[in-house]
Amino acid sequence: MKELNANELKKIAYNCRKATFLIEKQQVEKITAREQLELKIHLAGCSICVTFMQQSLVINQMVKKLFQSDAIKLKLDDSFKHHLQKRIEDHLEKN
Amino acid sequence: MQTDEPETSEKKHLNPHLWVDLYADYLYAFAITRLHDENLVRDLLQETFLAALERKDNFEGRSTEKTWLTAILKNKIIDVYRAKSSGLKKNVLTEQDDADFFDSKNGHWNDEHRPALFGIEQSKALENKEFQKILQACMKKLPSLWFAVFTLKYIDDESTQTICRELKVTASNFGVIMHRTKVSLRSCLQKNWI
Repeated sequence: MKELNANELKKIAYNCRKATFLIEKQQVEKITAREQLELKIHLAGCSICVTFMQQSLVINQMVKKLFQSDAIKLKLDDSFKHHLQKRIEDHLEKN
Repeated sequence: MQTDEPETSEKKHLNPHLWVDLYADYLYAFAITRLHDENLVRDLLQETFLAALERKDNFEGRSTEKTWLTAILKNKIIDVYRAKSSGLKKNVLTEQDDADFFDSKNGHWNDEHRPALFGIEQSKALENKEFQKILQACMKKLPSLWFAVFTLKYIDDESTQTICRELKVTASNFGVIMHRTKVSLRSCLQKNWI
């Protein structure tokens, strides 16, 4: 791995856009060793992005919860169900 | 509650007479959380059942009826996503578009979007109905392509490759979209909570 020079280190340490990009990236794929190091350096000095990371992970779980179709109490109305049923029965009869 | 996933003995057979009773509500909930369009969802449900009837001979019993029907519906939803996003001229995002979240020169958080502690740092926030409601509203405000990419990845566990191919998004745009979606959802939650 290439050594990070002082200038690059400074850029990473202060770049929250880059850090949050890496936080998101590592949730869906492996990030490189260099990226891991960059992120670690940033988070060591940036409590705001640490907060972002905690919240980001909780948001993932919350989103999953919102989409649990089994648990959602939305129901189709009966008249549309009858309509669907009829379409199915018609189709079965035809064939 | 109904037992809607028959085990081993019935697994190999389809019983279309029971589809509406067993799966219509589930499939409806599945589609409406992704499309938010009542009429469109009804059309898709009907199309799903009819498409399933057309190809019921192809059902090999490797999955349950419910999983099989859901897969058909999901493909129809992806078709809608694709149609919606192909109409957009600006599918190409660059990191510079984040300028409203971050300072364009140095990448610092801009004041308005800077994360603060407000109670969703721990997973106990998951039980909070208010957060759920706000998050739901925030998700509806996302651009449709972002919503599609984000939910296909996190909810439907699609591979990045599949998502990029289906929605014609480059790998680098995928990364940018995932990032911007999360930053934007987080910001929206904080803004509406505090």
